[in-house]
Amino acid sequence: MNVLVYLVPLALMLGGLGLVAFLWSLKSGQYEDLEGAAVRVLSDDDLPETPSDGRAADRSRERVK
Amino acid sequence: MAEAIDYSIFVTTSDEGVSQMSLAVDGIDCAACIAEIETGIMALPGVVQARLNYSTHRLAVAWRPESSPDAVVRRLEDLGYRAHPFVGEAEASEAAHARWLLRCLGVAGFAAMNIMLLSISVWSGNVSDITPETRDFFHWISALIALPAAAYAGQPFFRSALRAIRTGSLNMDVPISIGVVLALGMSVVETALSQHHAYFDSAIMLLFFLLAGRYLDYEARRRTRALAGNIATLRGQMAHRIDADGMPVLVPVQALKADDLILVAAGERVGADGVVISGRSAVDESLITGETLPRPLEQGAVVYAGSLNGDGALTIKVTAGGESTLVDDVQRLLDGALAAKSGYVRLADRVARRYAPVVHLTALIAALGWLAVGASVHHAVMIAVAVLIITCPCALALAVPAVQVTATGRLFRAGLLVNAGDMLERLAKVDTVVFDKTGTLTLPDLALAVPPDADPALVGLAGRLALSSRHPLAKAVAGRASGGPVDGVPEVPGSGVSALVDGVEARLGSLAFCGAVLPADLPPTDSVMAVRHGARVLVMGVAQALRPDAVTVVRELTARGLDIRILSGDREAAVAPVARALGIAVAGAGLKPAEKIAALDALKGEGRCVLMVGDGLNDAPALAAAHVSLSPVTGAAVTQAQADAVFLGRRLAPVLAAVDGSRVAARLMRQNLALAVLYNVIAVPLAVAGLVTPLVAALAMSGSSILVTVNALRAARPTREDEVADATPAREAVA
Repeated sequence: MNVLVYLVPLALMLGGLGLVAFLWSLKSGQYEDLEGAAVRVLSDDDLPETPSDGRAADRSRERVK
Repeated sequence: MAEAIDYSIFVTTSDEGVSQMSLAVDGIDCAACIAEIETGIMALPGVVQARLNYSTHRLAVAWRPESSPDAVVRRLEDLGYRAHPFVGEAEASEAAHARWLLRCLGVAGFAAMNIMLLSISVWSGNVSDITPETRDFFHWISALIALPAAAYAGQPFFRSALRAIRTGSLNMDVPISIGVVLALGMSVVETALSQHHAYFDSAIMLLFFLLAGRYLDYEARRRTRALAGNIATLRGQMAHRIDADGMPVLVPVQALKADDLILVAAGERVGADGVVISGRSAVDESLITGETLPRPLEQGAVVYAGSLNGDGALTIKVTAGGESTLVDDVQRLLDGALAAKSGYVRLADRVARRYAPVVHLTALIAALGWLAVGASVHHAVMIAVAVLIITCPCALALAVPAVQVTATGRLFRAGLLVNAGDMLERLAKVDTVVFDKTGTLTLPDLALAVPPDADPALVGLAGRLALSSRHPLAKAVAGRASGGPVDGVPEVPGSGVSALVDGVEARLGSLAFCGAVLPADLPPTDSVMAVRHGARVLVMGVAQALRPDAVTVVRELTARGLDIRILSGDREAAVAPVARALGIAVAGAGLKPAEKIAALDALKGEGRCVLMVGDGLNDAPALAAAHVSLSPVTGAAVTQAQADAVFLGRRLAPVLAAVDGSRVAARLMRQNLALAVLYNVIAVPLAVAGLVTPLVAALAMSGSSILVTVNALRAARPTREDEVADATPAREAVA
């Protein structure tokens, strides 16, 4: 049973880590725009040829549609 | 818009010289719009940040002095999006409140999971071989998690309960708070006494379920409010302010102050209340008073924001809110009506008022009963606390919000933005519907009535001529244009426009201007205009048309047993035909705001519950005085703020959907409350008999909560009528 003395606090710490992660994500505004987050993965803004004007964005628009 | 616009009142600038602004953006319809807008704005020199919120259609922009808000709005227009800056202090505090509820929910969730982990070990240990030391150890750890978690996550309930008690009333949060505090307190005592059972898990799980319901309820309403705010913002209230140097500058109306001079061109809406300094015109005040006949204006006359200017330009001196008698009147009536209304008690609170005393009395009687049959004091107190915990109104407190969330979502899809939380339960009781006429039963814009035997070519020509006219009536004709505008069209103020078409003179305007005579078969209420091309003459009526489905909706409402009436500020001659067309027997005309309230009070005196549907500034007090109120999105701003819900689009169908939706919702709420009571009827005797262990409490609590939530989901099931309702009401309303 001595094993509980450190296993229980360890479990709580892991749970607490999850809570801290949740509070951090809340504070950093990740719940402000749930729909946007879902569709932002579709945009190609991480490709090397970073668009400097509207043209690249137009291309990605066509691709998505 | 080539003119520079002064947006300074929407901009906040930090010490480092970075300015920020928030804009409502219209026209966002796919995922790629995000990248298009953000990269497009970021490409402007000096812009340091552009972030689009896809859920609320708001764009946050930050820039250094090299850029300007004007450039941002213009770039958005180039990209094909309409945008208007936006001030949302109320929304910022609402967002903070939603984040706080979510934080509480997170804390309660964390605590509930970990305590349940420990509790299950204890429950299974209690029936097998757990040592008392291990059990106490687990209970103390549970206490260590539960007490701070409850102190934090319970705040929304504790605060609300304290507020209620301070004002000497009871709401659902009072029994919740008492239950949680007692459960935790008793569990600590039991743990100290090294007993078998503790209720830490029940208390925290209760908080978790309730917070989930509360957060979803709040978030659903916040979202519809944000969209309603966008629509209001995008109506783009601008005015030409004449600055000290005599030059007109285009500014948002929020920037106008008393004693500013504004210029109102022909066919424009007046941006602020004021007094006419110079100019001569007639204004259409249908949005203010419901009166459809234009009112002639001269120097010194008072005009109200939202009036539509006729064919002359006006210079107006802006007056502060309190100086115009009509607005004053409306405000005074509004305050009175609001004070009278605050007596309404929500269904859940009404239940709580009866429920809490019964529960607490039951617990007391149970304890006394056990004492009387010779149980120990400790055992009797345990029984009493078990009764309180098992009756803790988890299902009861979820019963109403769960239905509200699903029903609000369904009404949203039907084109209705719900403003007030308790609107659904109030609407379900309604037995009388009172409509305003102008802009509510009728469309907010004018429609053309062409004689059936008219020459289509002549109507098309009238439309082409109308494209060059700035007269408000011309807009109704311009939609029939058979081609582009005619070149070289001079406008004769007060008469009309004329031009050479195919070598023959064509005229559009008043009857005298076109040399036409008034045909006998035209309804006397219509405004008339004529078109002449050579020898051919056509006289057309321009009138407010009924909303396309008004007749059906009124018939359906009558079929649902509702008494339909009209209370209008317009003339009898304009109201009677509408009432006839809709088959409404009781129609009041020419009513002032105070008379509308008196009429509503008379109905209330007969014991009726009245739904008021109206859009004008003159309807605002009546909306506040009615049991429940709806307003079209085209209505005056004050009126929309008073309405319990705002409906979108050109159709009246959302009113019907609201009535149906509220009835379904109210039925489900009652069912849920019945389920919750049934659960208590079964559980309380068990608790009184001393058969409730923490395991039973946990099962009963989650079981009943899930049951009412699943039942509430039935409110989301759309009916067939909702399916065929406006596909894109929001877009239609903005356009």
